[in-house]
Amino acid sequence: MQVKVLFFGVAKDISKVNSRELEIKKDSSVFELLHLLKEKYSGFAAINDFSIAVNEEYAENDVILKESDIVAIIPPVSGG
Amino acid sequence: MEENISIQISSEKLNLHLCYDFVQDATCGGIALFVGTVRNNTKDKSVNRLDFSTYKTMAIKEIRKIALTALEKYNIKKIAIHHAEGALQIGDVPVIIAVSSAHRQASFDACQYAIDTLKETVPIWKKEYFDDGDVWVNAHP
Repeated sequence: MQVKVLFFGVAKDISKVNSRELEIKKDSSVFELLHLLKEKYSGFAAINDFSIAVNEEYAENDVILKESDIVAIIPPVSGG
Repeated sequence: MEENISIQISSEKLNLHLCYDFVQDATCGGIALFVGTVRNNTKDKSVNRLDFSTYKTMAIKEIRKIALTALEKYNIKKIAIHHAEGALQIGDVPVIIAVSSAHRQASFDACQYAIDTLKETVPIWKKEYFDDGDVWVNAHP
């Protein structure tokens, strides 16, 4: 199945794109997606722990993804 | 409760009076304002300018959660949380928080809660530009 991945902040600099479609196994978890992304983009290892949002809500590692979910890579935030 | 909340993420200059006027209320005895300003240095290094990028739709949702929690947790009347995006110069205002309440302590407490939580949860990222390069704040160990 496919999900859409959004990259922000330093994650965008590493991926060099705003977003991309990613093919993952059915019933993959957030953790599995992260593993896949770290394989594709070695630069992610150098970032402080980043968070994940699924469909605009923060999601823990054990959340199971669905077809067409929008997954955002959220590096440490620095607003304000 | 929504009528007591004003949220904005804007590439225009933030408007302090808009925030003030929104929270002003006849039942209130005070208004607390927090105004963030762009500092010209970080860790003894001179900063030339900043750039804020946002995950705008989610950032608005997260700011709304902060505002709703502030209204539930503290005895306040209204809250405005406005944040800038895009390029900012030294002295520019990236964030304004305005809170009104019948008695002052609730406004102080809610204002502090709102800015502290915004800095932890809202998906907004600041890039600092120096003479010799640029860096995403908090990004690297």
